[in-house]
Amino acid sequence: MGKYIVRRLLQMIPVIIGTTFIIYAMVFALPGDPTAGKCGERQCPESFVAEYREKYNLDDPLPIQYAKYMGQVVQGDFGTNQYGVEVREDLAKRFAVTGRLALMAIAVEIVIGISAGILAGIRKGRFVDNLVLVSTLVVISIPIFVIGAVLQYFLGVRLGLFPVTVSSEATTYELLLPAIVLGSLSVAYVARLTRTNLVENLRADYVRTAISKGLSKRRAVGLHALRNSMIPVITFIGFDFGALLGGAIVTEGIFNIQGVGGYIYRGIQVRDGVAVVGAVTALVIIYLFVNLIVDLLYGVLDPRISHD
Amino acid sequence: MTEQAIVETAHSSDANPVGEARSLGADARRALARNPLFWISATMIFIFVLMAIWPSLFTNTDPTEAVLSQARERPNSEAWFGRDIQGYDIYARVIYGARASILVGVFTTLFTTTIGAALGITAAYFGGWTDSLISRVTDIFFAIPLLLGAILFMSAFPSSNDPYFVVVFKVVAAISLLGWPALTRLMRSSVMQVLPNDYVQAARALGASPWRIIRSHVIPNSLGPIIVVATINLGAYIALEATLSFLGIGLQPPVISWGVSINDAIVGLRTTPHMLFFPSLFLSLTVLAFIMLGDAVRDAYDPKTR
Repeated sequence: MGKYIVRRLLQMIPVIIGTTFIIYAMVFALPGDPTAGKCGERQCPESFVAEYREKYNLDDPLPIQYAKYMGQVVQGDFGTNQYGVEVREDLAKRFAVTGRLALMAIAVEIVIGISAGILAGIRKGRFVDNLVLVSTLVVISIPIFVIGAVLQYFLGVRLGLFPVTVSSEATTYELLLPAIVLGSLSVAYVARLTRTNLVENLRADYVRTAISKGLSKRRAVGLHALRNSMIPVITFIGFDFGALLGGAIVTEGIFNIQGVGGYIYRGIQVRDGVAVVGAVTALVIIYLFVNLIVDLLYGVLDPRISHD
Repeated sequence: MTEQAIVETAHSSDANPVGEARSLGADARRALARNPLFWISATMIFIFVLMAIWPSLFTNTDPTEAVLSQARERPNSEAWFGRDIQGYDIYARVIYGARASILVGVFTTLFTTTIGAALGITAAYFGGWTDSLISRVTDIFFAIPLLLGAILFMSAFPSSNDPYFVVVFKVVAAISLLGWPALTRLMRSSVMQVLPNDYVQAARALGASPWRIIRSHVIPNSLGPIIVVATINLGAYIALEATLSFLGIGLQPPVISWGVSINDAIVGLRTTPHMLFFPSLFLSLTVLAFIMLGDAVRDAYDPKTR
């Protein structure tokens, strides 16, 4: 097990390098002059342009630029963004908010998604099953910004059940509605995946054996079938965490949350390369660790999969 | 018993009460033909695809004809779905908007699923360094969040004056580039559950080639999950196209698409809900049709559900 973890940690290094390089290349391939508009409504002086290009190594070939940048990141220096603020400080603040939002969305997925999937799976073809299938379809088929805007209007503005926007403190209560909106699409995926896998596993020999050796149906389903059905679901939730962190742009926009998504989006628009690459690098590292944990869970859930 | 007799007995036992021998595909086609869900969703998809190919079949109104004096009118006998803020007929806009969404959804799903399934099977079946290489490359692309990557891609290749199809295929490329790793991982884990089974070992012991084992044993038994996710994804891709438009970097006016219409309407949610309702309804119905089709096909092709 320990060996496996060390090997996985070593495998992360090329992934981090590959991902950040792609992002770095894309950000610095963005069209337009990086110094445009930095000096108000006039051309930037030659000396400023020269200093700027020197500071961000813009005259070097791309791989060398990238190597120099990563050299700084490894030492914990994410650089400063266009406003002269340390990117590291910005990220710490933003990740605290988006991280909580994503965790709450995952909680919504697990609680609602898995229970709906189990209910539908063990009552296949009955009313509950059809109800779950139809309602997940409805959720999947409506774009997230329509769901967000409509829920914000009805639950927030009309009924006043939830705060309409999120203040800079971002309390748990304020983040509840955004978390439901953010997790809504994945809840549907989780419910359908759980149902599909449970239905398949319920027909498996080991479930029949479990029932014929006298276990209650509850135990046979809960302990044997469900455990094996959870592998694809956990895989999905694991990668969804990364998607939620980065994909919260729309939800953050609708509810005015000061999170990572908005930070990156603004960075892309104003060509603040340092901010974008820094934020994405942090996202990727978090995501990779979450997935390592998911892979370790495989072995726990299904003893046939071993890590030795 | 002579050889002739053995052959004859074998033949006569073919026509036993079990019925004629049918391949998995033939069986699946029969099951599909009996499934009402399949016919409903196929009809809906047929209508939407027809709408995408030949919109003038459904309406005579020009979607770019602005009647400003009737702007934001509620649905009435003249404009069935009402008019939007520019005075455009929403019914005509919705009909003409099908093309962009259908193109993006179908092509993105095609690309991501093909790449994902092929790489997933290769990685799981051959294992070893092939698996390591594919898994690491997958990890690299997978670690970039889909929406963020698509935003970056669309910003790196801005499309202000490009023709219609170029813009649509840029969106397809942006989503495909980062969409395939999810399906690769899913396929890999699904194949890994199939491989330890006795029938795979038996086929291998009988000397079947890797291609034959993959084609006749691995694919039929591991395709279920990827079909479900691919069909759900088709809807998600259409919604993602709309999201990119919402952020102002996907399709943009004067291109007519459901995403663009929804984005125009979302600010007027309180005063003119009909502007939001109809494009959303069509978008949702399209997604619904593809998911229902996927479910029906899975039930038919998966030997385990019979």
